[in-house]
Amino acid sequence: MPDSSLTPKNYLGVPVERPKVAFFELSSCEGCQLQILNNESSLLAFLDLIEIVRFREAMSGGGDDYEIALVEGSVTRPDEVERLKLIRAQARLLVALGSCACFGGVNQLKNRFPLDWVKREVYGEHPIETAPARPLADFVAVDLKIYGCPIKKEEVERIVTDLVIGKEIVYPDYPVCMECKANGNLCLFELGEPCLGPVTRAGCDAWCPNSRAGCWGCRGPATEANLAQMLAIMDERGFSRETVIDRLECFGGFASQVAALRAAGGHR
Amino acid sequence: MKVDCDISVRHLTRVEGHGNIRIRIEDGELKEALWEVVETPRFFEAMLVGKRWDNAPWICGRICGICSIGHTLASIRGVENAFGIIPSRQTARLRLLLKHMETLQSHVLHLFFLAAPDFLGEASVLPLIRSRPEVVALAAGLKGLANDLCDEVGGRRMHPTRTVVGGFTMLPDRRRLADFRPRLLEAAEGLRQAAAIFKGFCLPDFVRETEFVSLKGEGEYPFIGGSLISSDGVTRPETDYRLMTNEYLVLQSTSKWSKLSRDSFAVGALARVNNNFRLLRPEAQELAREFGLAPVCHNPYLNNIAQLVECLHVTGDAIRLLDELLGSAWEPPRLEVTPRAGRGVGAVEVPRGILYHGYEFDEVGRIVSCDCVIPTSQNHANIQHDLTALARQSARQGLGDREIERLAEMLVRAYDPCISCSVH
Ligand code: SF4
Ligand code: SF4
Ligand code: SF4
Ligand SMILES: [Fe+2]
Repeated sequence: MPDSSLTPKNYLGVPVERPKVAFFELSSCEGCQLQILNNESSLLAFLDLIEIVRFREAMSGGGDDYEIALVEGSVTRPDEVERLKLIRAQARLLVALGSCACFGGVNQLKNRFPLDWVKREVYGEHPIETAPARPLADFVAVDLKIYGCPIKKEEVERIVTDLVIGKEIVYPDYPVCMECKANGNLCLFELGEPCLGPVTRAGCDAWCPNSRAGCWGCRGPATEANLAQMLAIMDERGFSRETVIDRLECFGGFASQVAALRAAGGHR
Repeated sequence: MKVDCDISVRHLTRVEGHGNIRIRIEDGELKEALWEVVETPRFFEAMLVGKRWDNAPWICGRICGICSIGHTLASIRGVENAFGIIPSRQTARLRLLLKHMETLQSHVLHLFFLAAPDFLGEASVLPLIRSRPEVVALAAGLKGLANDLCDEVGGRRMHPTRTVVGGFTMLPDRRRLADFRPRLLEAAEGLRQAAAIFKGFCLPDFVRETEFVSLKGEGEYPFIGGSLISSDGVTRPETDYRLMTNEYLVLQSTSKWSKLSRDSFAVGALARVNNNFRLLRPEAQELAREFGLAPVCHNPYLNNIAQLVECLHVTGDAIRLLDELLGSAWEPPRLEVTPRAGRGVGAVEVPRGILYHGYEFDEVGRIVSCDCVIPTSQNHANIQHDLTALARQSARQGLGDREIERLAEMLVRAYDPCISCSVH
């Protein structure tokens, strides 16, 4: 949990100590980092709050005297393990940024297959180094996870602000359905579409259902996820187990649930 | 003066992904010039195998955070072509509008946040927030508009939520759409100011004859689908993209390389402008001429200007699309999808050049094989050949280490490479 020594002495009116922040990316689409640059309206205020010492996608140079490391992407090659360990040794606070870093993200879909086949399918006999895609926490201690594919920029800004002013970080433990209903959306099941809203951790403000697109569970399971009940709804509405598994396994957050479903049902 | 020079840039900054530059000159003679790509592959083409068709756009969009809209649209087009689905006119217009706004936001990000600091002698855009606030505000305004319109049409500016095979899950709000019209007009004005700023920048003088590949426009400056053309005179249908890209593997790169009529070719804004100049809107053509950009231009640094020209083009064209959309009543947002066995290809011009997604499906619509050819992977070989020529020219001119390094970094950045995308 957040290191209290990061807490500044003052706040409101008095300049807050700007923590030194560094961004890193392992195997990723760099989308989560980009989300931070993508928030034009509040970006400048956000940049006032922290001191960015390293952001390779946006700036040249870069120091190693950071306190907070925001690490995007999953680990898919041995050299990334080494980079990650160095970052861990330097950072007081290591934040996993996005579903790739938290769960392996879409990258872990390749773990369904033998690695040799995966390499041959894309590179033929050409030598290429890769390992199964893994989340950061499989290798180092992670202090904080920011979920989402992509992350929701408002949430990152809120979390970083809370960190800087020393407020406790709270995540919703309820599912996306709660936010969706609060937004007054017509439920996708009524429109004949599958949705993982009932089991997925909220915090995205029902991003996809707001656009009449079903949730694919990018933020992983809610604390109170009732998978059995959701499976019953899916069965009742005629959605195949394959459809449900496709969604549950897309971002890696439901890995144990998917393994159990596969073991139980003999699905691919 | 005979120069010695030893440059090694590990993980070049202000580009997307991980690449290294190495240049070694001894006694005025070029010993080595290397563009290395060390990005980790993620194996999208393997992970899709066995998945149903509806997974393809959703997962493939995640190949790239910057051009996720382009990937999603190329993937959708690949699936639709395999299933014989022809999108409605309304869908085609909305997709193009979305595409235009991705082009605008990506080009502005590159021009101002990634490339401009080089011309202004800064390490990043951050010092410019204080020293040139008007420039940063202009860029943020343009990018903000493009992102907001992407939200409105695609549901989300990155990894869009509404774009599906058959059309859209939901249509934009008409009133909010109309509110974008004045903002687009203002953006066109802003782009003229941007042009004035860029006119003050000194673009390096470097030319190397190059083959340029892009979509071939038929009556319209092309972005989504159509036949393929090269400036060396090759034309092919979209389905023959593999004959246009000829991917092969090299040891210096985890990304594949491509070639066509020569050792390498280039794709991107400069390729599009070179191959389809006459189809640009008149104001965009005029802007190009003001910068001395006329087809066929062989200075890779002018890709920056080609991007600026395209910004003006897509902004004007977005206004046209908006008017057409608002001038007709909404039709149903999406068509029914019936999977069938077969192959489909989607070619889309994304900010960094032409992108191809090719799929093969079984009779229930499960993916048998998947192939994505990325703009930056098509550019890698050309970057390598440019870098060699640039290093040789610099050695002849007796430039110092720092200057050669600066020119080399700017060269790679001019291609606006999207390296993690190229490796995928
Ligand atoms: S979590 Fe999603 S958006 Fe973020 S880096 Fe991974 S693939 Fe990209
Ligand atoms: S659309 Fe999805 S998130 Fe919304 S209420 Fe229905 S199941 Fe829940
Ligand atoms: S609705 Fe689901 S898939 Fe969409 S952003 Fe939220 S958690 Fe992710
Ligand atoms: Fe590929």
